[in-house]
Amino acid sequence: MATETDHSLGEAVAARIERRWATLSIVIVGVLVGMAAYIGIHQATMPQGRVETADPRTLHLSGEFIESNLGSELAADGSVIVRAIGQQYSFTPQCVVVPAETPITFRATSADVVHGFLIEGTNINTMLVPGYVTDLPVRFKAPGDHLMPCQEFCGIGHQGMWGKVKVVDKAAFRDMAAAKRRLTCVD
Amino acid sequence: MLTSKRLILAHFWLAFIVFGAALVLGAWQMFVRSPLNAWHFNPEFYYRSVTAHGSAMGYVFPTLIAMGFGYAITEASFEKALIGRRWAWTGFFLVAVGAVVAMIPVSLGLASVLYTFYPPMVGNPFYYIGVVMVVVGSWIWVALMVINFVIWKRENPGKPVPLAMYANVAGCLLWGWTAVGAALEILFLILPVALGFKSTIDAGLARVFFSWSLHAIVYFWLIPTYIAYYTIFPRAIGGRLYSDAMARISFILFVVVAMPIGVHHLFADPQVGAGFKFMHSVFTGLVALPTLLTVFTICASAEIASRLRGGRGAFGWIGALPWSNPIMLATALSLVMLGFGGAGGLINMSYQLDATVHNTQWITGHFHLIFGGAIVIMYFAIAYDLWPHLTDRALDSFGLMRTQLWLWFIGMIVTTFPWHYVGILGMPRRMAYYDYANPAISPQAFSVTMSAIGGFILLLSGLLFLLVLIRGQFGARGEAGAYRFAVPLHMPARIPVALNSFGLWLALMVGLTVVNYGFPIAQLMALNETSVPAVYVGAGR
Repeated sequence: MATETDHSLGEAVAARIERRWATLSIVIVGVLVGMAAYIGIHQATMPQGRVETADPRTLHLSGEFIESNLGSELAADGSVIVRAIGQQYSFTPQCVVVPAETPITFRATSADVVHGFLIEGTNINTMLVPGYVTDLPVRFKAPGDHLMPCQEFCGIGHQGMWGKVKVVDKAAFRDMAAAKRRLTCVD
Repeated sequence: MLTSKRLILAHFWLAFIVFGAALVLGAWQMFVRSPLNAWHFNPEFYYRSVTAHGSAMGYVFPTLIAMGFGYAITEASFEKALIGRRWAWTGFFLVAVGAVVAMIPVSLGLASVLYTFYPPMVGNPFYYIGVVMVVVGSWIWVALMVINFVIWKRENPGKPVPLAMYANVAGCLLWGWTAVGAALEILFLILPVALGFKSTIDAGLARVFFSWSLHAIVYFWLIPTYIAYYTIFPRAIGGRLYSDAMARISFILFVVVAMPIGVHHLFADPQVGAGFKFMHSVFTGLVALPTLLTVFTICASAEIASRLRGGRGAFGWIGALPWSNPIMLATALSLVMLGFGGAGGLINMSYQLDATVHNTQWITGHFHLIFGGAIVIMYFAIAYDLWPHLTDRALDSFGLMRTQLWLWFIGMIVTTFPWHYVGILGMPRRMAYYDYANPAISPQAFSVTMSAIGGFILLLSGLLFLLVLIRGQFGARGEAGAYRFAVPLHMPARIPVALNSFGLWLALMVGLTVVNYGFPIAQLMALNETSVPAVYVGAGR
């Protein structure tokens, strides 16, 4: 009889400890998800809001991704728009020039297969899917050079697909932009 | 009592042969892309090898383990012969033939698209057909497990289904449904293009379908490991399972929330909007729950075993565990890797942190640590535990087993920790080589060398593992007795219907998938200008 009581007592203790741990687990997950949601809303680091399309068959003929429109553009409000294309196995422009401490929007797409790019030394990292436009707001803190590899397998030349990003002083960029409408590193 | 020994053994042997071959490829890849190799090789071979390594390790190896282990669980836990053994052999041959059909074009360089397919790149149709055969073979297993489950329940009204079998069927249902995503992608998007009926494909839609399978497949790989934690480990170390009900809840949680989270693989993609990415991020958080519950239950079960052996003190009991037992060692090492890998997973789950590591070597490190580490080391443990029952011979090279398990653990840590590190530095994944002469890349060279050395240690451990199993085939004859699973500390007097059946959970699984995937898929299908020309790959093109 005594063992019977011990057994049910032990069972009650076991269940209580287990419930406590389950509650703690739910709290841990809740806090992590809450943090992600809070940062998403308050610091606006949310994924691209809407889906835009671009036909890779006509990119070069019309629309915003024609060759003469690629590169960095100084917008009227002082922000910068960078338009770029990924293709097997390079980026156009291959070297992107941008100003430091300026709101920048990357608008990019792919002309053939799935590509992606990340900019080393930053948390800028996105995919280029043919048929769709990637729209990514970024900001660079200081002038400097960064590597910009394609980070998605895009065929047997993938390992050679490395672009560059050159971040220049804000004033220097403004001078460059006065001379030319669309900028790359060679300007 | 196991009666279908040949069937189960065939699954395990084929699985481990495939594993051994893929492991050699993995070690070669580690070498050629590291600074240890002077650059002169054809990068196309690297992508061929990655395709073969990924397809073998992702589709064939764990599927065969889950199938073989599932048949063993059915016979051992129901204590009767498997119903439908002939069908089980059919499934086995479909997987085997499918693997060969897929690997021929891959080894010829006609389908170097990696195991994640990457349309609009399209390879030789036989690669995809082979993969479909593997999946169809595994679906036969899913059907057999459900049939055995239903018949047993009808014959034993009111009795609780043994935990091992309940969990096994949970894994089957999970796999049956998660494979649908990739199947839809292959059958309706890729194959028509690969066979030449169509020349365009919606790459964005294909990625969404694939993500449906891509994450939950990981939980399918994980289920045998968790079954081993719950039903083999406590028995092997002479203890009891802390809680039967919590085990069932964990497996149910996997069934319900493993599926509607796959879009976290697409956080950086332009074809899915922010709202659904957020939904999937939240559900990814939920899937950490069953793992947290499991870690608690397994550690508590270990403590019970230790105290039964005379372990004392708040932490002193850890020393009293039977550390010379390979199952004890494997489980402990597995939990350590699960801890690190799980923490990495929680980082990947948030959109903000994922942006830093997306498609870098961090991700490669993450899934090798979880799958290759925490999961596969328990596949070894399952094989060690089952082998005497399958071969009717003693498996007693315990020293070799311990060495093998330690080498696997050390190799996995040495491989994956530097991978995580260079990932944070921004090293992209899936590249045949890197220009270590570039001053921006040269600081990563040391870490890459380290992980290549880890890869060699893993290869050595894998070979030792095969050696142990081969020795087991020639060991002294001896009847191993009935195969038993762990008994819970407190067997509940009765089990709620919800923890003994799957109707409700299946409805939730399908319902949540429809909720979380319905809109993104419908939206992309409605967009009609997003089909892009296919890019055929293969030698000679």
